Amino acid sequence: MKAAPVFRNRLLPYLLILPQLALTGVFFFWPAAMALYQSMLKADPFGLRSRFVGLANFIRLFHDPYYLGSVRLSFVFAVLISVTAMAIALLLAVAANKHVRGAKVFRTIFVWPYAVAPAVSAILWAFLFQPEIGVVGRALKGVGVTWNPYLNSLQAQFLVILIAAWKQLSYNFIFFLAGLQSIPQSLVEAAAVDGASPRHTFWRIVFPLLSPTTFFLTIMNVNYSFFETFGVIDALTQGGPGKATETLVYRAYVDGRVNLNIGLSAAQSVVLLAIVVLITAFQFKYVERRVHYA
Amino acid sequence: MRKFRKLTGQFFPYVILVLGAALILFPVYLAFVGASWDSATIGRGLMPLSPGPHFLTNMWRAWTVASGERVLSIPVRQMFLNSLIVALVVAVGKILASSLTAYAVVFFQFPFKNLFFWSILITLMLPLEMRIFPSYRVATNLNLLNSYAGLTLPLMVSATGTLVLRGAFRSIPREMLDAAQVDGAGPLRCFWQIVLPVVRPNLAALFVILFIYGWNQYMWPLLITTKPAMQTIVIGIVRMLGIAEALVDWDLVMATAVWAMTLPVVIVLVMQRWLIKGLTETEK
Repeated sequence: MKAAPVFRNRLLPYLLILPQLALTGVFFFWPAAMALYQSMLKADPFGLRSRFVGLANFIRLFHDPYYLGSVRLSFVFAVLISVTAMAIALLLAVAANKHVRGAKVFRTIFVWPYAVAPAVSAILWAFLFQPEIGVVGRALKGVGVTWNPYLNSLQAQFLVILIAAWKQLSYNFIFFLAGLQSIPQSLVEAAAVDGASPRHTFWRIVFPLLSPTTFFLTIMNVNYSFFETFGVIDALTQGGPGKATETLVYRAYVDGRVNLNIGLSAAQSVVLLAIVVLITAFQFKYVERRVHYA
Repeated sequence: MRKFRKLTGQFFPYVILVLGAALILFPVYLAFVGASWDSATIGRGLMPLSPGPHFLTNMWRAWTVASGERVLSIPVRQMFLNSLIVALVVAVGKILASSLTAYAVVFFQFPFKNLFFWSILITLMLPLEMRIFPSYRVATNLNLLNSYAGLTLPLMVSATGTLVLRGAFRSIPREMLDAAQVDGAGPLRCFWQIVLPVVRPNLAALFVILFIYGWNQYMWPLLITTKPAMQTIVIGIVRMLGIAEALVDWDLVMATAVWAMTLPVVIVLVMQRWLIKGLTETEK
């Protein structure tokens, strides 16, 4: 059903949408079209002229073992970051939803890292894990671990995952807590009266009812791990050691900014877009079926 | 047995909450500790877990100078101001542009309305990170390098605000506007005096979300600011640290980190209620 318009001005609505439309045109459609076009260009080594090369940039990407490594790394990061951040946040939300003393204070503590930039959280953790002067770095050395994330790939990857998940905890917590609070208390109580154990109640009643939230958060977390980890990686490892933390977004940045290969970088943006669209579509098709919308 | 279970039922959530709070607060607490010692103590790996005597001096030094023996930076004061301008302009500008659009879409009827609306919605598909270099080209063509306009305008492109406000506007009873019209109020007056005040909670929520979004931007300011004087604080602190070696002026770096967290954290704490409402009611 379409509601009748309230106002009958002819020109005014165009003036009203003009600011946003102009912004979208200049800073969205123009660059987006340029990205598509550039993805099929190859510049000469001096960047003076470029010629049309069709799909050559894409073919080159998929024959580049380092690029395929970045694809794999991005997916591994996405899974590990999302699972860690969501599992811990759910645990915290369940605990904070109980009527314990001081639950409100704890809720506030869990919410506020939302305000901390990923790059700044990377600085905080870098200070802790610095191998020579960091509190945790020194402690690790003390118990005999050869700790140096600036030389050891696995340790660098671990640190990026830890920081990215830490930063995302509050976002997930906010949504899980809201989800838990919207579950009717009577359902949980009825299960308890019927003799269901708390664990049983959680997995059979609460968790399925939370599935819309979990589904939404999965999409948001995967997106976050693809894009927002850039700040963490740039502040902490610059993609290193070697290429151990060079995700897709970081690689696209390096190719465009450092190697000045705009065509190759634009092609990567297009691939990235395709990947994100595919993941989202996959989740909607196969995962959403299991979601119970109340 | 039942009593025991009740006891653990109280105790177990508590343990989790305390562990969770420790996980969240520990790195932040140590940033404060780091900002309260001198760089020599930290650099020798001798920093204790308790605060030292130099917190206020370090915070002041970062605010006014921010350069030390091994760190070269512009004062935090200036980076802080840049971040504040960026965050405010992004939040206010985006709210203004998207509320006008939503107003036109909900309360007017005009040719090509849906086409325009969809061309704004499609921006949700392609975050700035994906069109970063072409956007950079556009910004240089328009002479926007190292300017506040260049730092903010591209960040305002996104349909989230428009979608949220469209939803909010739709729930306003039309009779309210009809009555105002009968009383002689024009569309713009209705916008300022009826529609915007009614959706104030939504505006507050959007403001927190967008302010944090603007303050915490990383990749775009990294590209668009080549002059140190235009750096935002998030960029500034990463440039300050460079590679995290032992012999950096960690006292200054951590004081800057504390400065970088202050304002967004205060805003999130003060406006927590709107933030949570805004996030959970709009993003789904």
